[in-house]
Amino acid sequence: MASASSFSATKFTQPLPLNGATSRSHDKHQSFFDPLRTTPSSSSFLGSTRKLRLSSASKLKLLANPNRRSAVVAVSDVVKEKKAKSTTNLLITKEEGLVVYEDMILGRAFEDMCAQMYYRGKMFGFVHLYNGQEAVSTGFIKLLKREDSVVSTYRDHVHALSKGVPARAVMSELFGKTTGCCRGQGGSMHMFSKEHNLIGGFAFIGEGIPVATGAAFSSKYRREVLKEVDCDHVTLAFFGDGTCNNGQFFECLNMAALWKLPIVFVVENNLWAIGMSHMRATSDPEIWKKGPAFGMPGVHVDGMDVLKVREVAKEAIGRARRGEGPTLVECETYRFRGHSLADPDELRDPAEKAHYAARDPITALKKYMIENSLASEAELKAIEKKIDEVVEDAVEFADESPHPSRSQLLENVFADPKGFGIGPDGRYRCEDPKFTEGTAHV
Amino acid sequence: MFGIIMQKAFGQRIRPAVSAWRGYSSAAKEMTVRDALNSALDEEMSADPKVFLMGEEVGEYQGAYKISKGLLDKYGPERVLDTPITEAGFTGIGVGAAYHGLKPVIEFMTFNFSMQAIDHIINSAAKSNYMSAGQMSVPIVFRGPNGAAAGVGAQHSHCYASWYASCPGLKVLAPYSSEDARGLLKAAIRDPDPVVFLENELLYGETFPVSAEVLDSSFCVPIGKAKIEREGKDVTITAFSKMVGYALKAAEILAKEGISAEVINLRSIRPLDRDTINASVRKTNRLVTVEEGFPQHGVGAEICASVVEESFGYLDAPVERIAGADVPMPYAANLERLAVPQVEDIVRAAKRACYRSVPMAAAA
Ligand SMILES: Cc1ncc(C[n+]2csc(CCOP(=O)(O)OP(=O)(O)O)c2C)c(N)n1
Ligand SMILES: [Mg+2]
Repeated sequence: MASASSFSATKFTQPLPLNGATSRSHDKHQSFFDPLRTTPSSSSFLGSTRKLRLSSASKLKLLANPNRRSAVVAVSDVVKEKKAKSTTNLLITKEEGLVVYEDMILGRAFEDMCAQMYYRGKMFGFVHLYNGQEAVSTGFIKLLKREDSVVSTYRDHVHALSKGVPARAVMSELFGKTTGCCRGQGGSMHMFSKEHNLIGGFAFIGEGIPVATGAAFSSKYRREVLKEVDCDHVTLAFFGDGTCNNGQFFECLNMAALWKLPIVFVVENNLWAIGMSHMRATSDPEIWKKGPAFGMPGVHVDGMDVLKVREVAKEAIGRARRGEGPTLVECETYRFRGHSLADPDELRDPAEKAHYAARDPITALKKYMIENSLASEAELKAIEKKIDEVVEDAVEFADESPHPSRSQLLENVFADPKGFGIGPDGRYRCEDPKFTEGTAHV
Repeated sequence: MFGIIMQKAFGQRIRPAVSAWRGYSSAAKEMTVRDALNSALDEEMSADPKVFLMGEEVGEYQGAYKISKGLLDKYGPERVLDTPITEAGFTGIGVGAAYHGLKPVIEFMTFNFSMQAIDHIINSAAKSNYMSAGQMSVPIVFRGPNGAAAGVGAQHSHCYASWYASCPGLKVLAPYSSEDARGLLKAAIRDPDPVVFLENELLYGETFPVSAEVLDSSFCVPIGKAKIEREGKDVTITAFSKMVGYALKAAEILAKEGISAEVINLRSIRPLDRDTINASVRKTNRLVTVEEGFPQHGVGAEICASVVEESFGYLDAPVERIAGADVPMPYAANLERLAVPQVEDIVRAAKRACYRSVPMAAAA
């Protein structure tokens, strides 16, 4: 544990970015973690969780494991390197601050609107909202170029927005309309936008990680094999704490490190996987440590603090872009709503929810900007108003957009619809007029 | 993912699990599919300490769809195990435990996720008894909701009946009613072989009448036997899971138009009750197969082959096959409706089979 804290402790020696928002500790729970740490003064890891079933004894055993020492070294190397570089006092410029603020407000307002629209029957199925986690999406994705790729999960609306997919296109997709970013075919859990290099929305746990690793592989391949020398594109893979227990995560950490791929594995550790507490699911809950175990830096960062996330993200993205390989970043965050809009959310302790609600990343950024004279209250209000309009407009647009026509049912199954084979008339089925009219029998 | 529809579904009938059923078995005549599954699990766990339940959210959350409600409290965390999200891992662990004589019930939050564990279902579970020349039997149940739900898109709406049913060494069951659910699940748990048990999310909250016999703890439905849900003489309709309900509705509509349809609830996809199907077709001379899965290489294709092989001379019309559209499930509600079989599709196909004129279907 020394290392987890040593990262945050040494890394951010500059003025603390967000007042009162820097400590990870949830004092009441601190005792759970004491056996783990060698520097008890520093911030606690994982402010969760009721019903902790880990025994301290087994934790202590882990601590004595000599393998963990080497892991720690790799992390502190990163930290040292970073520390030497930091010079300025403020963590963000006014312009950057406003962009970041706007993106976070957009994420929040959009998701709140989704909840309303879901209850009004405008969208359906499983809808997973991102409230509370905005600092992660914004903190990372706003640092990317358009050519860089983002791979997400079923909780993907806000990643799409941060990556620049218009709110109209995301909302329409959720309404199942033709103007959606996937023409209504994908839905809430499957946002794609080639134009913005958003390469999914994957609903299966762990599934997005190899796909993202493949995107990073293609970037390296293009540079080294296809000789596109300036191809320095980076891929970000976003996924949750629960997903870090899935084998695909480990398989890809290995390959990404082995082949030095330009990828950042961004863990959104919101402490819960539906109703499964991270502490109950994971033998060693410090996810960042798995980076060094595979030979890449592992970083733990306060995911409720967008400025800290940005610092870490800059460095990890920079490393990937320079061809120095992957990074694992664990962002400790919290979702302010149930797992999906159908989740009664009965297992999370109200005190835990309140603790994180008080650490709302948007409120914290606002406070920082105002206290450091980066923005006036009025400027931020103006942004909020603008975003309200953007979201209203998105809803209107989605509502007025047409439903897919029946012919769309058979489109896009193949890149080449000859895949539907040959019809009774000896020609390709897709050439049959009924096919395009949507009346073909397939 | 993941939704978890239980808010409305559950709560409408909170029966303090299963221990209570005996008490009202003579009086109560109805049970939800959810309660049927829950009671079957409960009874089998109480009868045999080797039976345990493992999967995501089966314990403290009481099951993503509340099928395991109350079981953690009753049997404790040693027998009701919340796993991390690692289907390949915990499925393999289940198989290994079964090699050693335990009787695991592995819950997939939905069967879609079994794709991450399919190596263990097929290779480790289905083939071991054969590879080991009968030394290693694998008494394990893989269960969870299968097939299309509503509005959940391509990855979450997949029917696995024909996939698993094509694999020797597996038994594949698909209950429709509460009676099926109880009887088949109890049979599956007691069975010495690996059983893939395909439930349906949209049926969990449905209520069915149940007899005293069904409520008895010794009740079991034999694996490999179909059930004739409705007798008829003009056309045979085969279906499983949710589609049985659709077929019954279609039969009612057809009855009003003077067509008497026989509805066969397959119950067991593998082994397939070829005798019951063929006997029915020999009587009605017409066959409509219904399933939600993809048409190509589907359950209907197998049934059709069986009828062509065994009862070719009895067929008075081409076999009609109703299946999901040959596309990944679209999200948009209007497209989704086109992609899954509807009652009207069954009615139309049955009429075609009976040479009643029907307007050309704008079917997809
Ligand atoms: C392979 C697979 N198994 C199970 C699920 C069901 N499921 C959807 S989300 C989820 C929890 C994921 O938790 P986490 O990775 O922490 O992400 P979070 O939802 O907290 O963002 C589970 C079990 C799934 N989508 N895919
Ligand atoms: Mg989580």
